[in-house]
Amino acid sequence: MKATAHKTDWGSVAGPVAGVFILLAEVLLAASLCSAASGPAIPSIFKPESTPADSIYGLSVLVLAITGLIFVIVFGLIAYAVIKFRRRSDDGPEPPQVYGSNQIEIAWTVIPVLIVLVLFMATARVIHAIQDARKPDGAIEVTVIGHQFWWEFRYPELGVVTANELHVPVSDPSRPTPTFLKLLSADTDHSFWVPRLAGKTDLIPNRVNNMWIDPHETGVYVGQCAQYCGMQHAKMLLRVYVDSREQFDQWVQEEKKSAQSRDAVNEGRRIFETTACVNCHTVSGTVADGRFGPDLTHLMSRDTIASGATPNTPENLKTWIQDPDSIKPGSLMPAMKLNDHDLDALTAYLETLR
Amino acid sequence: MASETIALSVVNHGTRPIGDRLHDWVVTVDHKKLGILYILYALMFLVIGGIEATIMRIQLIVPHNHFVSPQVFNRMFTMHGTTMIFFVVMPVLFGFANYLVPLMIGARDMAFPRLNAFSFWLMALGGFLLYFSFLGGSGLYGAGNAPDVGWWAYAPLTSRAFSPGHSSDYWTLALLVSGFGSIGTAINIIATILCMRCPGMTLGKMPLLAWLNLVMAGMVILAMSPLTAAQIMLSIDRYLGGHFFDTQAGGSATIWMHFFWIFGHPEVYVLVIPAFAFASEIIPVFSRKPIFGYPVMVAATVCIGFVSMSVWAHHMFTIGMNSYANSFFAITTMAVGVPTGIKIFNWIGTMWGGKIDFKTPMLFCIGFLFQFLIAGLTGIMLGTAPFDWQLSGSYFVVAHFHYMIVGGILFALFAAFYYWYPKITGRMLNESLGKLHFWLLLIGFHLTFDVMHIPGLLGMPRRIYTYEPGRGWEVWNLITTIGTFIQGIAILLFVANLIFSYWKGPKAGNDPWDAWTLEWSVSSPPPPYNFASIPTVASRRPLWDIKHPEDPDWKYE
Amino acid sequence: MSSAAITRPSIEPEWALPSRGRVGMFSLIAAEAAIFTIFVVAYIFYIGKSLSGPLPKDVLELPIFGTVCLLSSSLTIHLAVRALRNAKVGAFGLWWFVTIALGAIFLVVTGREWQRLIFEKGLTVSTNLFGTTYYSLVGLHAFHVTAGLIFLAIGMILTLLGKVKPEHSERADIFSLYWHFVDVVWVVVLTVVYVIGR
Repeated sequence: MKATAHKTDWGSVAGPVAGVFILLAEVLLAASLCSAASGPAIPSIFKPESTPADSIYGLSVLVLAITGLIFVIVFGLIAYAVIKFRRRSDDGPEPPQVYGSNQIEIAWTVIPVLIVLVLFMATARVIHAIQDARKPDGAIEVTVIGHQFWWEFRYPELGVVTANELHVPVSDPSRPTPTFLKLLSADTDHSFWVPRLAGKTDLIPNRVNNMWIDPHETGVYVGQCAQYCGMQHAKMLLRVYVDSREQFDQWVQEEKKSAQSRDAVNEGRRIFETTACVNCHTVSGTVADGRFGPDLTHLMSRDTIASGATPNTPENLKTWIQDPDSIKPGSLMPAMKLNDHDLDALTAYLETLR
Repeated sequence: MASETIALSVVNHGTRPIGDRLHDWVVTVDHKKLGILYILYALMFLVIGGIEATIMRIQLIVPHNHFVSPQVFNRMFTMHGTTMIFFVVMPVLFGFANYLVPLMIGARDMAFPRLNAFSFWLMALGGFLLYFSFLGGSGLYGAGNAPDVGWWAYAPLTSRAFSPGHSSDYWTLALLVSGFGSIGTAINIIATILCMRCPGMTLGKMPLLAWLNLVMAGMVILAMSPLTAAQIMLSIDRYLGGHFFDTQAGGSATIWMHFFWIFGHPEVYVLVIPAFAFASEIIPVFSRKPIFGYPVMVAATVCIGFVSMSVWAHHMFTIGMNSYANSFFAITTMAVGVPTGIKIFNWIGTMWGGKIDFKTPMLFCIGFLFQFLIAGLTGIMLGTAPFDWQLSGSYFVVAHFHYMIVGGILFALFAAFYYWYPKITGRMLNESLGKLHFWLLLIGFHLTFDVMHIPGLLGMPRRIYTYEPGRGWEVWNLITTIGTFIQGIAILLFVANLIFSYWKGPKAGNDPWDAWTLEWSVSSPPPPYNFASIPTVASRRPLWDIKHPEDPDWKYE
Repeated sequence: MSSAAITRPSIEPEWALPSRGRVGMFSLIAAEAAIFTIFVVAYIFYIGKSLSGPLPKDVLELPIFGTVCLLSSSLTIHLAVRALRNAKVGAFGLWWFVTIALGAIFLVVTGREWQRLIFEKGLTVSTNLFGTTYYSLVGLHAFHVTAGLIFLAIGMILTLLGKVKPEHSERADIFSLYWHFVDVVWVVVLTVVYVIGR
């Protein structure tokens, strides 16, 4: 190598300095992350509120600790090597040519193998605990059917059908009432992910998957579809309302009722029943029994429409009916092209579907 | 030894017309020219893929942004992934393998030069087909454009029902065609390494780059075919009414996933193993010591090759396999981390006790080491299946694999560029620009990809063209996007360096780095026939033996 | 430089490496084996899963004659290569031709079976899962037989033109590896489709 005039090789110092800097920045980020304001609005996997998510959180702490330790050690070795063994003077013989060492190779093979074994045992235990959990008697059963781009929820034993916003009772650890979800798909692959309640499980056509949650705290937990399912994958949002037992029972009672018919909105109802709406939507107690789109019997009981894409207000409802592409371009809801009068009447009718 | 000299007529290239010289390049079967063609082709697609990434990042800089429509965004992430893997990283690695392997084993060319050229042009056609989809994807329905089904093209999203038009067909066809090219190149690499080493170069004496490319080629042979098979099946479904992935007819969506990932996981090792090769050649030279533990490095790589064929379903932990299957893939995934970790230790062992010279190639290698370590550790995290039930399909995974591919493979690739550019062109790349390129890229890379882990931990899935405000994702997406621009500047600086140095760089001479493998024994650039006479070697570092006759390697190996 | 030094080789220990063609062909066979494996896996996975339509036991008949022809062609190609190695170009040409004939008969037999399946039994690639996997797997194999026949035909033409010499026996041998592979695949397909799957 050509001889160069001796000068401080800043590169060798800058490297580890940059590395330490990055490390510090990262630790700060991580710390801020963990202590970040927890509202249920932030679906952090580090704020679990249900046993599957708890188990995963426990495992993740162990994994992070082990990998963190490995990182510190190996990074330390790299930094040390880079500083200590940098070329200092421009001349000088080649350093001792060392070809290897069997003892060292054995050592740094055996130790990683042991680490892998420890990690695997912890992992296998959590896998089994979550996947092979038995369904207790008090469990709520929900069938989740994924569609492009909305969620259908059917409670077969309770006789309830709804969409996009899942209601479950809070689960008391002493008398657990978890919710067991059966996951199906009507079209392509989807994935049910509400991070604070559980890991995600996919909804795959022609396949039945299962998962369960047992939320400890009431509140609203957000999530969304986590497997690319087409144009509007991004707006296939998810909300889980964890209600107290009383609230949940009350909700079920309301949902089981058919739609009440009110004379004031007869015109709107007539428009609904004579336009293409009935081909896709169901309103129980009427002729509408389409299954392609969400069940609208209790549309007004939901906080959002279009699977969470926009809040459930009369204005948004009108926009959604007239021009769904402005809210969710590529969704399978067609633009109904009603005149203003019909649109108002229809919306007034829909507003009565509580 | 008696020797004779034969007068050779000199061909004066400078006076030949440009048409003739271009024609040379089009019809060449010379491994060096084909290597350069692969590399240039890949660089072009690197820029295009980078633009696609930038478009996505601008769209995601704030929630509910309207920079591009969902249709365009979905095409962007599909094209970005497909382009980067099949038309950037694979070609550039094939290009370096093509250029270097014959030189490093003392051969005059690859085993099958015409197959070599054919393979390159197949790959080039594949890239062209993929991008032609922007124009031709409409098909009868007027629907379709560039493919928008993601680079894994999960069924049944790719069926005619959900993907009308021809966009998915362009994806299938482009990869089918370039896949054949890849298999051709792999056959060539294997035959070259096994059959054309110079006298004395036993398998235990060939450079690690040759070993690692041999393992890589073996993996391409076994892993590329499942993808080819799956794509033939998909085409049968789309055009002949087949039902391989037709869930309405009892077909299975998960079988596509299995076939794809049986290809997909070994594929990422195909991408990373040549990066290991670069590090294994460059780190010793700039530490002034031989690679630590050559036999263990070979064994570890072969081990990685085999074990990596058994981990594929860790991409499918969330599809509802039973607990035994999930446990199996969890342990194989963690197991493959062991030989990989051993390699990191061996690289550190190479630097240990050396006299490290921080030229640009070495800076990039150190960056590679640091980032590959982190990427490997996040990979272990993802391998613990329940943790993956949270993180799969989220930005954590996107951060992990970009850490591997950009932080690991791309950094090692830049090291290779700075190291071998002098051999290929006869001129040195500008060292100051190189260092600037390194630092800018390092900063931009970390800004983007360190921070990108966080939205994943906070529940942000991937492949979404926009996201909801109020979930805590905004600031991290903003920082991630900013880093993208810094990386872009770094890459443009690099391209400028490549061009500028070609004419103005200082002359390199045969051996600017005082290195030890055979390619440094010939002129820069090498003559078309590589070696005037085929060398005979006695150790892994033939030039060390020549430069240090008092202490040759063959005494110790 | 206008001249280059060339060293006259001295007596060196023997440096023998495997032949490129052989290694290349084995690599190709490995890749092809991987493709066939995936199609076989798909076939096995979908056994019994068709929702409708003709089932294997209803429509499949063991193709004994075709199988005998194809497997015999492995023997005849081996005899051809051996003849060429022993400088018997005439015998080589004869056995090579018989190989082509046997392979062609196999294809005709397959074609006739497909005709029967499609027009009499109503089984096409789109009928059900069995149809899809059956035609794909057998079709992929038939495609490889066809490709082999094309190369065999080229060899035949070159032989008739008098261009094939004993020193080409190595190349013929390497090609015969491909042909043997095609036969091995047929044994696997036969077992999976006509024995196990029925």
